[in-house]
Amino acid sequence: MADSSGLSGPPGAAQGPSPRSATARLDLAVLGPRLEPILIPLLALIVSLALFGAFVALAGQRPLDVYFEMYRGAFGTWFSFQNTLQRASPLLLTALCTALPARAGLVVIGGEGAFVMGGLAAAATGVALAGSPRGVILGGLFFAGAAMGALWIGLAGFLRARRGVNETISSLLLTYIGIALLNHCVEGPLRDPESLNKPSTRHIGEANMVGSIPGLDVHWGLVAGVVACIVAYVLMERTVFGFSAALVGGNARAARLSGVKVASIIVTTCALGGAAAGLAGAFEVAAVHGRANASLVAGYGYAGILVSFLARHNALAIVPVALFLGGIAASGGLLQRVFALPDATVNVLQGILFVVLIASDTLYGRIRWGALKGASS
Amino acid sequence: MSADTTLGFWGIPLAVLGGAIRVSTPFLFVSLGECITERSGRVNLGLEGTLVMGAMSGYGFSYLTGSPWLGVLGAGVIGSFLGAMHGFICGKPRVNDIALGIAMMLLGVGLAFFLGKPLIQPTAPRLGAIPFGFFAHTAQLRSALNVNVLFVLGVLLAPALHYGLQNTRWGLVVRTVGESAEAARALGYDVNRVRLLATAAGGFLAGVGGSFLSLYYPGSWNEGLSSGQGLMAVALVIFARWSPKRCLFASLLFGGAGAIGPALQSVGITTGYYLWNAAPYVLTLAILVASSSATRASVDMPAELGVAR
Repeated sequence: MADSSGLSGPPGAAQGPSPRSATARLDLAVLGPRLEPILIPLLALIVSLALFGAFVALAGQRPLDVYFEMYRGAFGTWFSFQNTLQRASPLLLTALCTALPARAGLVVIGGEGAFVMGGLAAAATGVALAGSPRGVILGGLFFAGAAMGALWIGLAGFLRARRGVNETISSLLLTYIGIALLNHCVEGPLRDPESLNKPSTRHIGEANMVGSIPGLDVHWGLVAGVVACIVAYVLMERTVFGFSAALVGGNARAARLSGVKVASIIVTTCALGGAAAGLAGAFEVAAVHGRANASLVAGYGYAGILVSFLARHNALAIVPVALFLGGIAASGGLLQRVFALPDATVNVLQGILFVVLIASDTLYGRIRWGALKGASS
Repeated sequence: MSADTTLGFWGIPLAVLGGAIRVSTPFLFVSLGECITERSGRVNLGLEGTLVMGAMSGYGFSYLTGSPWLGVLGAGVIGSFLGAMHGFICGKPRVNDIALGIAMMLLGVGLAFFLGKPLIQPTAPRLGAIPFGFFAHTAQLRSALNVNVLFVLGVLLAPALHYGLQNTRWGLVVRTVGESAEAARALGYDVNRVRLLATAAGGFLAGVGGSFLSLYYPGSWNEGLSSGQGLMAVALVIFARWSPKRCLFASLLFGGAGAIGPALQSVGITTGYYLWNAAPYVLTLAILVASSSATRASVDMPAELGVAR
């Protein structure tokens, strides 16, 4: 109908709203709401960059210079891009720790704990299997890491399902418990007597470590992360399980009435998310440090929360968002060197981004797209 | 700590008591603040960020003005500003208070680390203590009873808030908004405004609690100052069933749990020192498990609240 009206009458200035603009208005009214999940985060991004620009200006730097250096430090050179990829790869997995339970309506922020516990379990397993073939060691180590992470966040899910314990608080408490356990193990039972300055577990052996992707200085965790995101997307968008989870997230009571086992969905999504974060910790041990120590507590789990929220808990969207936030993290060093800005500068940017993003939730469904176009033409 | 030998293992409960009083003060202030906020029907998970900002700004103000009490006040003002920001953004439709709290937590911690960089080196004037233990002969009892003024203020504030919430017009308005936004609206109260003010008041107290960390115990500004006290306080409020009076006892319990490890260490028991660090978190979790229920909401929970659902 819109097509025929566009063809029949030539646009005239005297006829009030022209047929062509009516077409455009109709399209925008249809398209606008569909594009909201992309446009609103983009708008939030622009607003945060402006706010952060004002912040750096207050700190006595020229915002555009800072942004240019950030771009250079994140994507500008081959070296910096590899740095970005290195930092993005754990985020792919830790973001899933928030994104998967989020489909079932849960707010899990304990990825850091699952990451740390996964790394610890992986290192302990790797050391225990010393002397076995490399395949056995790596297989056991990754399994242990993922299983430990699954157990850790699965516990938060279990407490939620069985006792109604708020999963946001319990998963964060579990993070602190996990970090205390890591400190206990590397100071006591699992300590390598030769690690003097930085208490650590024994090394899993250089020969057993995971190497880099050919042609890159980035370990295989990146590939694992991308694959995990794709698998998670298919699981959540294309299977009965994913649909049941979305049902639970939408209305738990309705889901229960339609025969969905709500408790098992809650525990499973949490365990899967935890397994992803635990796997990230295992990669950190198997590909970067070779042992578990305090270096595991590097904030990858917390950054993953932000990635998940920015990606609106969509597993595929996690990939570009993780790359973006990995880039921000990678540029931190350059900001320190060039502008003498504190290393927490990137944390401020992340914080601003997060707050603006959550605040932008208020825009969904409230933008009158049709009226917007009518006003501009 | 040198007199440990004379007291033997009696030093442990004494050290726990002293530790409980020292460690519990930030818990007390943050939980009282969160109590006000939650009674108005909103959760502010960002108090962890507020706490760290309070610690940083309290230290900064104290360093710049030379008066630790101005530092405490400044920390409170910064905290109430952060609280008002949370309250304002949450007043917009469709904004989730828990998600925003997580965001505010990251922002607060990031800002504090950024602005606090120049404050790690200098020494700011710190808060003094009242020697309640002047009568005691043993050094440990005296040090255990060396109580900071902020703790005393907090102890007085808890029953005062309890009275305020139960018996004043303001308390009634806050409770009405927390129990039924619709009823409050029908009575002509601006729900968002009450909640904004309640969150700002909560932020003020959390900021003051943070200033205790940097101005009294541990008593300097560094980036590892807070270890989740702000978040544990949220769990503590659930445990205290939204009563300021019970917040006081819960804070002492949590403080005591946190002091077990250092107390054992002070008498020479170092096994499991790092495990004892986890004691407050395990205790919090255990209490949450015991006090929650899958089928019904807690008896005293404000009906508009989302955290315990």
